[in-house]
Amino acid sequence: MATIVAEATGQAILHEEHGQSFLRKYIFSTDHKVIAIQFLFTTLFFLMIGGLLAMLMRYQIAWPDRTLPGGGILPETMVSSGYILPEFYNSLVTMHGSIMVFFAIMPMLVGVYANYLIPLQIGARDMAFPRLNMISFWLMVPAGLMTLASFFVIGGAAAAGWTLYAPLSGRPDLSGVHLGQQLWLMSLVVLGLSSILGSVNYITTVINMRAPGMTWFRMPLTVWALFITAILALLAMPVLSAAGIMLLFDQTIGTSFFLPEAGGQPLLWQHLFWFFGHPEVYILILPAMGFTSEIIAAGSRKPIFGYKAMVWAIVAIAFLGFIVWGHHMFQSGMNPTLGLSFTISTLLIAVPSAIKTFNWMGTMWRGNLQLHTPMLFAIGFVAMFAIGGLSGIFMASTPVDIYIHDTYFIVAHIHYVLFGGSLFALFGAIYYWYPKMFGRMMNETLGKVHFWLTLVFFNLVFFPMHGLGMVGMMRRIYDATGYQHLQGIEDTNQLITWAAFGLYASGFLFAFNFFWSLWKGRKAEANPWSATTLEWQTPSPPKHGNWKEIPVVYHGPHEFSHPDVTDKDWLAQNERPDVTSPAHTGPAPQPE
Amino acid sequence: MAHAQAAIMDRPPERGLDVYTQKVGMWVFLCSEVMFFAGLIGSYIVLRFGASDTWAAPGEVLNVPVTAVNTFILICSSVTMVKAFAAAEADDQKGIKRYLLLTTLLGAMFLGVQAFEYTELVLHGEWQGSHGFTPAAGLYGATFFTMTGFHGFHVFLGVVCLAWATIQAYRGRWGKDHHHGIEVLGLYWHFVDLVWIILFTIVYLI
Repeated sequence: MATIVAEATGQAILHEEHGQSFLRKYIFSTDHKVIAIQFLFTTLFFLMIGGLLAMLMRYQIAWPDRTLPGGGILPETMVSSGYILPEFYNSLVTMHGSIMVFFAIMPMLVGVYANYLIPLQIGARDMAFPRLNMISFWLMVPAGLMTLASFFVIGGAAAAGWTLYAPLSGRPDLSGVHLGQQLWLMSLVVLGLSSILGSVNYITTVINMRAPGMTWFRMPLTVWALFITAILALLAMPVLSAAGIMLLFDQTIGTSFFLPEAGGQPLLWQHLFWFFGHPEVYILILPAMGFTSEIIAAGSRKPIFGYKAMVWAIVAIAFLGFIVWGHHMFQSGMNPTLGLSFTISTLLIAVPSAIKTFNWMGTMWRGNLQLHTPMLFAIGFVAMFAIGGLSGIFMASTPVDIYIHDTYFIVAHIHYVLFGGSLFALFGAIYYWYPKMFGRMMNETLGKVHFWLTLVFFNLVFFPMHGLGMVGMMRRIYDATGYQHLQGIEDTNQLITWAAFGLYASGFLFAFNFFWSLWKGRKAEANPWSATTLEWQTPSPPKHGNWKEIPVVYHGPHEFSHPDVTDKDWLAQNERPDVTSPAHTGPAPQPE
Repeated sequence: MAHAQAAIMDRPPERGLDVYTQKVGMWVFLCSEVMFFAGLIGSYIVLRFGASDTWAAPGEVLNVPVTAVNTFILICSSVTMVKAFAAAEADDQKGIKRYLLLTTLLGAMFLGVQAFEYTELVLHGEWQGSHGFTPAAGLYGATFFTMTGFHGFHVFLGVVCLAWATIQAYRGRWGKDHHHGIEVLGLYWHFVDLVWIILFTIVYLI
């Protein structure tokens, strides 16, 4: 047994608990579980910061004529005599987007859960390259510090929008931001490196470290999603790094890649940015889909409906994700024929997305639904993602997009997929895997309250934005009251702002639950959700090295309510069929 | 639902690729590197086609013969890298040391020539009437220095790793059963070499 294991995982199996200094165990740890938890705390912090920026923006939009309560504590360059300055508002817009995308959602989906789940779910002791893994966390920290520091340098933080369109982003005399923009770009390059190194690790681990019997089509959908996501990040991030470096050179050493007066091409920046940016969208949603699949299967006590279709849908979405970037640029000036081909490839993504949505519903159909908090968030994900996906179709078709481009319609859309989608799934994932990570359950009642508050406030905030977009309210606008065509939307904007405050406050309910449960939560057993995947077959939390003996996998990932198993409604991936149930010795139905 | 004993018997346990992990990791990393240079080279193509009248003719600014010699140096270093790996496989300690050292020196030589080239260009380069050819010299200068600079940076990282590998060779680390490090480093080195051949062609020759 031991030799097989050693061959299969390519590393020595001896991983007894050995004494480690505090520094090695919790700070510069190479254990994938500790690194995941480091990522979790870091990204929750950034989520809070990003949300705070959004609250400031909402206050300004709702009450542009009022002074900001407590604004006096902010420096004069941000809030002058009580009013949020337009320049600072531009920074808020930019940094809210950047922080949420690059430092909250993306590392939370990938840094936290790829790290935590991949080795546990494929039956490995750790990542393929544990030290590289540590480096990729410790690269994110300086990147995050640079981003935070940029608020406090002369000229303030980057203010050209998170998409950083040139020449605005390339010329400090246009945006008024010097060092802040450069810090943003440097931080992005460092973060990109962290992300690439992480991806190398995840991909290699999935390819080479699977336990015996863990074939490709026995991998849990979460692993599939994270694997494909890692490929996307691996191929998309370096392009952004290259573009970011060129933009940085434009600002610092006098090149003119994106500056038209010297022959550069601003449109090239958009192409490079969105060549990264659209795969990035799927980096932000595919893992969420993976978590949702897992939680819905466990919460419905049924195998996932159409497992292979789910896998191929992930692959299809990822592939299509690389050939649709032009749909962000319909309004940038584009050959209509090219625009049409981008429209078609974009609309095609609706097919695999719909496959996934219907399969989730098919999984829940006549299932024995367990409406615990993770399940509620997973169902919420499906519903919100459907709305966000549908509004995406509007923008994919050029004629409609021309009308709603750069309005609040797009703000509504992006938040339905990123907040209603990714973040709902992430909340679900946090509640679901919390007992595995920390050995305690999060409070269920508080969790449910958190879910319902989030769902209601979320929709109150973002659904009306579709309407605001239709009447022509521009995204990133500082003060809507000055425009003739935007008269009469003040009430809606104030409602949205109140709901946004509620949404942010409900986040603190979650934070309270999270930290309170760390010490006071009910002790979790190894498998609190009676789930089938490998991570639940270890103690909560798993020990260093994960397994006493590398598990051998006999089953697909979501074997719930199997007709041959009579004593319980789930069958762990590593349960020997002949041991578990005599029913298995009979001829088994052969699919495929 | 594929489970039950039949499935277990039919399918041997899957154990990943028949390739050791470090090598898989390097290949995966190189995919990412390909995309990085694709970003730079793609931008170069777009910018050059957009403003071809601002491009210097081959040899007008850049010293092609010197760089051709430099290209030859880098190709030779790939050959010595292969030799080092072959020596490791044959357990030829002397060969390992000799060829790793040679590869390191050739890589360093490439960097030296590139540094010389840069200095000459910045101090004495002539283009469009301006004295001194810098990254600020139009798109031509910007793309030239960015692309060759990032390639040079990759060579530099390679040389650092090669120097480490050479020191290890003198300590007797590599041998018949310990040549993964050399192979993985070799993959990176050949990649950097390959990128240079593309860059040399599109930046210097056409």
